[in-house]
Amino acid sequence: MPKVTMRVNGRQVSGEVEGRTLLVQFLREGLEMTGTHVGCDTSQCGACVVHVNGAAMKSCTTFALDLEGAEVKTIEGMAAADGSLGVIQQAFQDHHGLQCGFCTPGMVMSAAALLAENPKPTEAEVRHYLEGNICRCTGYHNIVKAVMAASGQDVSAIAAE
Amino acid sequence: MYAFEFKRPATLAEAVTALGAEEAQALGGGQTLIPTLKQRLAAPAVLVSLNGIAEIKGICTDDAGRLCIGGGTTHAAVAKGAGAYPALAALAGGIGDPAVRNRGTIGGSLANNDPSACYPSAVLASGATIVTNTRQIAADDYFQGMFTTALEPGEIITEVRFPVPMKANYQKFVQPASRFALVGVFVAQFKDGVRVAVTGASTGGVFRWTEAERALSANFSAAAVKGLKASADDLIADIHGGADYRAHLIGVLTGRAVAAC
Ligand SMILES: Cc1cc2nc3c(=O)[nH]c(=O)nc-3n(C[C@H](O)[C@H](O)[C@H](O)COP(=O)(O)OP(=O)(O)OC[C@H]3O[C@@H](n4cnc5c(N)ncnc54)[C@H](O)[C@@H]3O)c2cc1C
Ligand code: FES
Ligand code: FES
Repeated sequence: MPKVTMRVNGRQVSGEVEGRTLLVQFLREGLEMTGTHVGCDTSQCGACVVHVNGAAMKSCTTFALDLEGAEVKTIEGMAAADGSLGVIQQAFQDHHGLQCGFCTPGMVMSAAALLAENPKPTEAEVRHYLEGNICRCTGYHNIVKAVMAASGQDVSAIAAE
Repeated sequence: MYAFEFKRPATLAEAVTALGAEEAQALGGGQTLIPTLKQRLAAPAVLVSLNGIAEIKGICTDDAGRLCIGGGTTHAAVAKGAGAYPALAALAGGIGDPAVRNRGTIGGSLANNDPSACYPSAVLASGATIVTNTRQIAADDYFQGMFTTALEPGEIITEVRFPVPMKANYQKFVQPASRFALVGVFVAQFKDGVRVAVTGASTGGVFRWTEAERALSANFSAAAVKGLKASADDLIADIHGGADYRAHLIGVLTGRAVAAC
């Protein structure tokens, strides 16, 4: 079987994969990093979003072998080394930005990509950017609020708790 | 998904050779093809990724002033880098969602020719030229119906050359579940006339709305197309909208596109 080598959360990893092995399968089954979720497996929901060379991508719609040498960042890379939550993760907790949590890894990775591009987004920009991330629980308000809070903006005027 | 051999050539020449193999297929960003493979609607023996080929990525302007976009250029890169053609950059920035735009490519979109895709309208309205590893194809000859193009098996879109209009605008009525166009209209005004291309509406794929082109070439204003009604013949009718509704949207969106120019 062909072998793929990439960096995941700063760590050099490699493994044998099939041609058809998706990045998300390589992460979850090959590396046993199950933080990245598969919601739909049809490119619609965004639960599987990770960063590839800094850009948000759906890991269910990318082949592992196509990422030879790439720099991948997953939800496991968002917390500090001591396990304390990253700023965006903490904001999701503080503002009740999750219920079942299934969409959360993708939401956090998309939010991180947004804030890297646009450090002080408006509420409308957050909603627009998260278009490809579906949440079946929260109704989105608290997710948007969490992302706004993570960007250091005052969210006291945003409704819903 | 059935198993296949995965190849990732670094040059166009290697890719052309790899695609010469029996049952070989090109892989662009995979945003359409990977879901198709998962549904087993395609089952190539060899998948040839074009993602490692630097020579088919990037954006530049040629001596004729045309904006040239490499076939492997992502929607996100066009949204950011096609400032010389703002309506095209805006169209690319409105495709799907950020993750799709970071991976999907212009070549993949045009090869696929989904009847609801955005790029075909820009290519047809601009009178762009599709460049492949073997030839150049005019937009008017390229689109041949839903999911059908002039491409031969194994032919690779290496570049798309867009003449830049004086004014242009794309209006997309988003189908909110798929994020594709329920109907999309691209209007481009050139010195020698106006071209109007409609996507999302016809069972024959993207098409030029010639009545509107004539009216707008004579008088480039929203008022010129106000009473104009597109024919509902051969328009798509599905759970998202009937043929009459789509015909109505074509008129409304054309007016909006002109007003926004
Ligand atoms: C959630 C979602 C929303 C989307 N929304 C929109 C939208 O709003 N508007 C829109 O237009 N599209 C939309 N798309 C489709 C998206 O734009 C795809 O990126 C595009 O249709 C296919 O491009 P690709 O590079 O991913 O090609 P692939 O999926 O890799 O390939 C598609 C086809 O093209 C062939 N191919 C790929 N590259 C080349 C090439 N250079 N030369 C010749 N053949 C090639 C392949 O063999 C295959 O047959 C959406 C997709 C998803 C998943
Ligand atoms: S699991 Fe990848 S988009 Fe839903
Ligand atoms: S928290 Fe349950 S899907 Fe978003």
